[in-house]
Amino acid sequence: MTIRLTSERHRGESSFVTRSLAMRLGVAMVALSSLAWACNHAKRPAELPPVAKNQLRSVADFSVIADEEERSRALFLEASRVFLHPRCANCHPSGDVPLQGMDMRPHEPPVTRGPEGFGEVGMECGGCHQDRNLELARVPGAPSWHLAPREMGWVGKSPREICEQLKDPKRNGGKTLAQIVEHNMHDPLVAWGWRPGHDREPVPGTQQDFGALVAAWVETGAHCPTDGGKP
Amino acid sequence: MSIVVRVNGKEHRLDVDPEMPLLWVLRDVLGLTGTKYGCGEALCGACTVHLDGRVVRSCVTPISRAAGKEVTTIEGLSPDGSHPLQKAWVELGVPQCGFCQAGQIMTAAALLKKHPNPTDEQIDSSMAGNLCRCGTYGRIREAIKKAAGGAR
Repeated sequence: MTIRLTSERHRGESSFVTRSLAMRLGVAMVALSSLAWACNHAKRPAELPPVAKNQLRSVADFSVIADEEERSRALFLEASRVFLHPRCANCHPSGDVPLQGMDMRPHEPPVTRGPEGFGEVGMECGGCHQDRNLELARVPGAPSWHLAPREMGWVGKSPREICEQLKDPKRNGGKTLAQIVEHNMHDPLVAWGWRPGHDREPVPGTQQDFGALVAAWVETGAHCPTDGGKP
Repeated sequence: MSIVVRVNGKEHRLDVDPEMPLLWVLRDVLGLTGTKYGCGEALCGACTVHLDGRVVRSCVTPISRAAGKEVTTIEGLSPDGSHPLQKAWVELGVPQCGFCQAGQIMTAAALLKKHPNPTDEQIDSSMAGNLCRCGTYGRIREAIKKAAGGAR
């Protein structure tokens, strides 16, 4: 009898423990999924409309993000689809050799940046690159073809690192944010990215879209993406 | 519309398509055949000339870019082949087939003008775009060093 009662009590305790554990697990799972949701939304708000690989979201698409700081970060991530595209990043190498192609291989012939980013004597950028694309010879060209200074290298960097670099006058050629916007919106060498000639893949969107994104990023406080933030 | 270009110190008024490559003007219009056609894509250096003293690949340079400027070809490097580089080239017997050598010498001349006593590294980085299928690179480097003193 005693044995039976004890056994029933144990069964009851066992059932209580199981229910309690299940409840705790349930609460933990809800908390974890909320955390995951929050993390995902901090990096790329789910409400943003999808965008084709060759297009950029418009500034208006970002109005769904109520928090201005978050909106600023998201705008920069969208613009970084241009910064990090090989058409732009190939001439923002982190070393002394420009890159070429979508696979970002070292430039052939083997040129180096030289003292001012225009190549070494005998191997100057303007020796081959004209002020416009050459369709027959397939040599790309635009006015003042040259490499960005070493401190403006983007290759191998995250959007956050590029953002911090762009805002730093010591690493952006002494430019104000307004000058950065102007450079991105109207510079003829930047413009080449959308008209690369031959069968090269252009950077996404248009220079106007890109300039508007950068301008909106500045207007919303020029906040940088968090670590790990990707476009 | 005519395009006025000075080539090796002589002024030429040219009635050609402004898109015509400088190399075509030099060889086919002016008869200066020392400059060679290699790849046609600015990748080999055989067509190298100077435009206002700077090295350009004439096969991809539209003649319109040379308007009002001075072009120097291998024929104009010296009046009688006496440039220190030309002398060193002869003394060391640098060429084998010779096809790329005018381009090699024009690039080397620009190098020596900027760096009268170039280091091996400077020679390599400046000459890296001039290809030689005979593999005369060793003699080219030696000839540049030999000419270095005399080119000052």
